[in-house]
Amino acid sequence: MSDSADTGFPHRHLLGIEGMLPPAISFLLDLADTYVEQNRAVDKKKSSLRGRTQVNLFFEPSTRTSTSFELAGKRLGADVLNMAVARSSVSKGETLIDTAMTLNAMHPDVLVVRHQDSGAVHLLSQKVGCAVINAGDGSHEHPTQALLDALTIRRRRGRLDGQVVAICGDILHSRVARSNIHLLNTMGACVRVIGPPTLMPRNIEELGVEVHHDMRKGLAGVDIVMMLRLQMERMQGAYVPSLREYFHFYGLDQEKLSLAKPDALIMHPGPMNRGVEIDSTVADDINRSVIREQVEMGVAVRMACLDALTRHLPNVGAPL
Amino acid sequence: MKRPANPGAEKGRLVAYLNARLLDPATGLDTMGALLTTGDQIADLGPSLFSGGVPSGVEVVDCGGHCLAPGLIDMHAFVGEPGAEHKESFASASAAAAAGGITTLICLPNTDPAIDEPAIVEYVERRARENSLVRVQPMAAVTKGLNGTEMSEMGLLVEAGAVAFTDGDRAVASARVMRRALSYSTLFGKLVIQHAEDPSLARDGAMNEGDVSTRLGLAGIPVAAEAMVVERDVRLVELTGARYHVAQVSAADTLEVIRAAKKRGLSVTCGTAPVYFSLNENAVNDYRTFTKVSPPLRTEDDRLAIVEAVKDGTIDVIVSAHMPQDVEAKRRPFAEAAFGAAGLETMLAVALTLHHSHGMRLNDVLARMTAAPAKLLGLSSRGVLRAGAKADLVVFDPEKPWRVDVDAMRGKSKNTPYEGLPLTGKVLMTVVDGLKVFDAKAG
Repeated sequence: MSDSADTGFPHRHLLGIEGMLPPAISFLLDLADTYVEQNRAVDKKKSSLRGRTQVNLFFEPSTRTSTSFELAGKRLGADVLNMAVARSSVSKGETLIDTAMTLNAMHPDVLVVRHQDSGAVHLLSQKVGCAVINAGDGSHEHPTQALLDALTIRRRRGRLDGQVVAICGDILHSRVARSNIHLLNTMGACVRVIGPPTLMPRNIEELGVEVHHDMRKGLAGVDIVMMLRLQMERMQGAYVPSLREYFHFYGLDQEKLSLAKPDALIMHPGPMNRGVEIDSTVADDINRSVIREQVEMGVAVRMACLDALTRHLPNVGAPL
Repeated sequence: MKRPANPGAEKGRLVAYLNARLLDPATGLDTMGALLTTGDQIADLGPSLFSGGVPSGVEVVDCGGHCLAPGLIDMHAFVGEPGAEHKESFASASAAAAAGGITTLICLPNTDPAIDEPAIVEYVERRARENSLVRVQPMAAVTKGLNGTEMSEMGLLVEAGAVAFTDGDRAVASARVMRRALSYSTLFGKLVIQHAEDPSLARDGAMNEGDVSTRLGLAGIPVAAEAMVVERDVRLVELTGARYHVAQVSAADTLEVIRAAKKRGLSVTCGTAPVYFSLNENAVNDYRTFTKVSPPLRTEDDRLAIVEAVKDGTIDVIVSAHMPQDVEAKRRPFAEAAFGAAGLETMLAVALTLHHSHGMRLNDVLARMTAAPAKLLGLSSRGVLRAGAKADLVVFDPEKPWRVDVDAMRGKSKNTPYEGLPLTGKVLMTVVDGLKVFDAKAG
C-alpha cells in the first residue's frame, strides 16, 4: 500500500470500477476537477506525461472515446499513437496476445484498449508491462464513462450519495450500465435499471439495483435519467420487436420525463439515436440535458486516469 | 339477424328469462329461476326473481325449463378474414358460432396478411363489428408474419386490442425466439399460446404415428412431437415467468408434462378440442380427410386420458378449434389434404358427452368454455351470470338428440368429422349484448 500513500491511487491498471473503493474513485474525480479548470484555460497543456508513450488500441470502431483519450494524453504532454486494429493486424489473423506482445516491445507506458469481447482487456493487461486502461470491453465495463458520468453529476449536484439514478434501455449489452452501477452503488447513490425483460441481464438485482420494466414507474421521483444507446449492431435477433414499439414504451420523451423530479438531469453516453431511445426535444433541453457536458468531463476524467496511473510507473522501462 | 348498428338504442330494454335452469359455472349456481337483462347487461337473477310475476314493460322469454348459462367463449377459431374469405368470413363464422351457443369468438392470427400489426387488429375489429353476430376478439401473432424468427410488436398489438399471442397453426419452433417472446410478453401479462408440434419432427406427417398409420401407409406424427415442445416450453416458462398456454393437447404424454408443471406452480395451462375426447385415430380408417386435424387424432388410450384431464382440471379449456376448409382443400388424397375441422356448431353438443357419458357435472363442462377462458384472457365481465356482467347468454336443452346435417350448417365450410352422427344437447337460443342472435325455433 506504499503506492497508494504516494499517489492516492492504489491501482496499476484501470480495468473496471468493480472492486474500486470510494477513496480511489474520489481521488480520480478530485483530480479530474482540476483538469476541468485547466481545459477551460487558454493554455491547456501540461507536461506531466512528457516522454511517456500512450497507445490507443481500438479493436472496435470508436470516434468519441478514442478522440477523448487522444486529447487527454496530448494535453498532458504524452506521445499518443492511435491504432485501429480492426482494420490492420487482426484482419491478417494476428491474435490479441500477439498484438499485445508486439506493442509491448515498443515500450509504451499506457495502453488504452477497447475490445468487443468482455475480458479481453484483462487478458491483455496480464501480458504487457505498462499500465492498461479499459476503454470498453464487450458488455463488461467502461470505467472512464462511469467516472465522467459521476463527475458530471457531482459537479451539478455537489454529491453522489443519495442521488436516485435511473439507467434506461439496453442494460443487457451495456458496459456503461455495469460500470455505472458499480460506481454509483459504491458512492452511495441509489440505482434503478429500466428496460424490457429481453434487454435485462439475469439476476441484475444481485448487483444492488432496483429493476423496473415499466418506465413510468421507474422514472418516478428520480434525480438523474441516464439513457443508453439501443445498440443496433449488437442485435443478433430481435430483442425488441421494432423501433417504434421501443420508443413507445422506453423512449424518453417529455411525458415520461415529467414523472422524474422537476430538476432531473438527462444523460446519455452517446452517440444518440434520436427518436429511438430519446426524443430530440428532451435531448436538446438546455435546462436539463447535460449530454454535452458529459463529453467535456470525459477529457478531464481521462487526463486524471492517465495522470494517476503514470505516477505509478517506474522511470525505467519494464523488462520485456 | 344483424346486431343493430347502435346498441345504445336498446339501452333501456328489459328482458326476463323465465322458467330457466340457471347454470353459472363461475359460482357453481345450478337452480331453477329467472334472469333479467337491461340493455346489454345482466341486471338480476335468482330462484325467486319474478316469483310475484313480471312487471309490465318487460319482454318475456320462456326458457321452458331448459338450461340458461353464460354464452360460450371459444378461445381458438379460425376466421378467414382477411385473405381466406372463401373459407369463412365474420358473417358466416359468427352465424355458426351463434348456432353453437358461442357468444365470444377469439380468432386466430394466421390470416393473410397475418394479424401481426396494430393496423390489422383494428381492421379485424372493424370488420367484425360490422359483420359479426357475436363478439370477436383477435389474437395476434407471436412473430412477425408468423415467421418464427422476429417478435411481433406485442405492446402496440395489446394496445390495439389483441387478447393473447399465438402463431396459430404454427409452433414457435426456436427456443431462442420462444424465450424472448415469453420474456417480453410478461410486460403485458397476456398469454402466449403454443401450437405444440415440433415442425421438423412432424414434417410430412398426416396422422398419429402408430399401428394405424403403419397399416394405412401414411406418414405419422409421433406423440413426442407434441410432448417435447411442451417440455421445452415449460423450462422457458420457468426461466421467464411468463403465462403460457398449450392451444390443444391431444396426447396423454403431454398431459403428464402439464400436470408436473402445474404442480410446480408454473403458469402453464392448456386446452383441447372436442375431437380429442370424442374420436381416436381409428376414425382415419377409410382415409376420411375430415378427420385430418392438427394435432392428429391419437389412440383410444390418449382419448381416455384427455377425458380424465378435462375432468380433473388439468385441461383448463375446451375450444372449437374451428378450422374451416373449402371442398377442394379436403377432396384430395389424405396426405395432401389440408388439416382442420369445422367445430363451432358442434362444440357444445360434443362437450356434453363428458356430462352424459363420463359423469361430469354440467357446470364443470360449461366452466371449460365460459369461466375458464374468461379468466385466462382477462375478460372479466363475461363467461359469468352475475348482475353487471354482459348479457351474453345461451339457452340449451342438454338432453335433446339431433343429427349433424351438413346442409343445415351455417358456416361456409362443412368439413365436420361428425357428419351424419347423432349428438345429444342442442342450443335453443343465443343472446349477445342482450340481443337474440340465434333462435332454434326461427331456424
